[in-house]
Amino acid sequence: MLRDYMGVILLNEDESNIRSLTLNRPLASIPIFARYRVIDFILSNMVNSGITNVGIFVKTNSRSLVDHIGSGKPWDLNRKIDGLFIFNYTLKQLVQEDINSFKYNMEYFFRSKKEKVVLSRSRMICNIDLEKIAMEHEKSGADVTIVYKKVENSDMFLSCDVLNIKDGKVISVGKNLGMGEKINVSMEIFFMSKEFLIQAIYKCIQEGNCSSVIDYVYRHVRDHDVRAYEFDGYLGCINSIASYYKVSMDFLDQDIMKELCSKNGYIYTKSYDSPPTKYLNGSLVTNSVIANGSIIKGLVSNSIIGRRVIIEEGAEVINSIIFSRCIIGKNVKLKNVIIDKNTIIEEDKVLIGDDKYPIVIEKGSRIYL
Amino acid sequence: MRKKEIIAMILAGGQGTRLKALTKNNAKPAVPFGGKYRIIDFVLSNCANSSIDTVGVLTQYQPLILNAHIGIGMTWDLDRKFGGVRILPPYQHEAGGNWYKGTADAIYQNINYIDYYNPEYVLVLSGDHIYKMDYNPMLEYHKEKKADCTIAVIEVPMEEASRFGIMNTHEDGRIYEFEEKPKKPKSNLASMGIYIFNWNKLKHFLKEDQKDPTSSNDFGKNIIPKMLQAGAKLYAYRFYGYWKDVGTVESYWEANMDLLKEDCPIDLYESVNKIYAFDYSLPPQYIGPEASVKNSMIVDGCIIYGEVENSVISRGVYIGKNAKVKDSVILPNVRIEDGAVVIKSVVGNGVRIREGIRVGDGSEIVLIPENKDVKENIIKG
Repeated sequence: MLRDYMGVILLNEDESNIRSLTLNRPLASIPIFARYRVIDFILSNMVNSGITNVGIFVKTNSRSLVDHIGSGKPWDLNRKIDGLFIFNYTLKQLVQEDINSFKYNMEYFFRSKKEKVVLSRSRMICNIDLEKIAMEHEKSGADVTIVYKKVENSDMFLSCDVLNIKDGKVISVGKNLGMGEKINVSMEIFFMSKEFLIQAIYKCIQEGNCSSVIDYVYRHVRDHDVRAYEFDGYLGCINSIASYYKVSMDFLDQDIMKELCSKNGYIYTKSYDSPPTKYLNGSLVTNSVIANGSIIKGLVSNSIIGRRVIIEEGAEVINSIIFSRCIIGKNVKLKNVIIDKNTIIEEDKVLIGDDKYPIVIEKGSRIYL
Repeated sequence: MRKKEIIAMILAGGQGTRLKALTKNNAKPAVPFGGKYRIIDFVLSNCANSSIDTVGVLTQYQPLILNAHIGIGMTWDLDRKFGGVRILPPYQHEAGGNWYKGTADAIYQNINYIDYYNPEYVLVLSGDHIYKMDYNPMLEYHKEKKADCTIAVIEVPMEEASRFGIMNTHEDGRIYEFEEKPKKPKSNLASMGIYIFNWNKLKHFLKEDQKDPTSSNDFGKNIIPKMLQAGAKLYAYRFYGYWKDVGTVESYWEANMDLLKEDCPIDLYESVNKIYAFDYSLPPQYIGPEASVKNSMIVDGCIIYGEVENSVISRGVYIGKNAKVKDSVILPNVRIEDGAVVIKSVVGNGVRIREGIRVGDGSEIVLIPENKDVKENIIKG
């Protein structure tokens, strides 16, 4: 158990390719896999590895995130000793810079008894044993250990950071252009001592060369002992509509679903006390993942359905993702569509997207004739 | 001093022998129900939804699962500084200790707990009934009538009235007689086991009742008749809605099936007045490529490859390929393997039904006790 670590989650993530789902929320709180939000994965991974102190540095538009995380109850982070800390964005900061968020909240680091830090973003979806990596990290004596995965479908990790590794050490870091080659994609999970983090923050401020700690680590891989740890489980990156759709569809594979939801511990999320899902007589549901609280009267195939969705008679939902509290009217046909929360699709509407580039219907829309 | 206007006391100590194997290692109120609930969730949620924030739960029989389930009451917003939920088992005191001899004795032994909150009214509830009710209108009625005790009643068919405790009332609702399971019922107003008492009055009668060595210290048998005899003001409060005492395997199965009805008499789907249940953080349900699910309820953590019809499936249940589940209630973590057939059955926690095995034939309800490994066909209960 990682008793000596604090978790730090940085949410200044790149949302430029996933705008339609981040109009009302940060990337970290995009609903995913019917009942979760993106941030549930890294947060639960941290908690499952024994971390009891997590600081979340949020950016603009955090209402949805704060509503979701609350006091941290689902993760057992509502505590007197340690627990959850949310650091709000202030107007003094530029969104992309995390150095300023750190600068104004240095007290958090000084006050904690923890000596080591796991630093991460939220967009990398995986179920990972952080404890094992921490042990490797400590044994190696490295200043920083970065977790990465060898992937072949680099187009699903567009503009992610790529590690060039030699003998286990990171020698340089570049950007993925998505040309389909094999790459070592950085999972943006960093192990380091608190002292190292504090010094890095100070250097960023003093020297003015880097505006983010992650950037600092990447640029100074040769000045410090920075090592790489290979992760061999399932990894999905939520940074574009295409990758969101692909990762969601991957979830229909039972092996991937089991791994993501329970391999190294469960993924926790806010409870909505939804009743069981009701399948009525005319329903026909196949190869789909469905959250509690829905009422299904129509056809659902290869799809992911959130909480309290109503799918009326004669409706057909195929290869689609429906967020919570949507109503899909009678005889509606949906194929390759992502429908954000609280949307109503009225009777007889037909929406068909591309199987790589689905149509996204924004939150709270009403689609009628 | 801070005080509470009303506090609730939930009777949850009964053994529930008529539920047979379902209560072998579990108190009746903690028996799973309706896919994601336990029976006591209904009454605890009713309290939460009626803004009653101080609840004592009287436990006695096999309380482990029940205690773990209730915890500090987080699920029902009952984790409070002043008030909240308390589990109240029998305890030792200066003059020794006793089990709770009856429903009234359970309250009597916890007079100190109730006095601590110094309430005007005490709401006495049963932990094993399925219903949704706002207790506030009943309290208003109680105050309006200036009653000493108000008892919630529900109309039952006249021919079934002899199975219930029947209240005979005057036109204004005042009770003049209480008959426990009368052979020739004079009315069809059955007691729902929901009482509001003025605490001072109740305390007096509890103490009197303790002095009577022949008393079985029960609300229905002793306290209510004694109050009537003493001329206290008892009123019946009519409840219109769904209410079910899931006392037997048959009524347990029926109440589960009621949830599947098109015009389900108890609305679980409204976004207010929810029934709250412990969250087990399970993955969403998965319905496989060749599965068929008709008129059924399924919850998080289920994996369905086979056929499900008219059934209630609880969390973590696996139903294999070509397996068929019909008219059944499947409790948590059951594994029904490929090709198995389960008809009109109640299948207990953690049961494994092996490949191709047949359980039930639809004539009578078959009950499979928890954790059983079913390797041979079981056709009759």
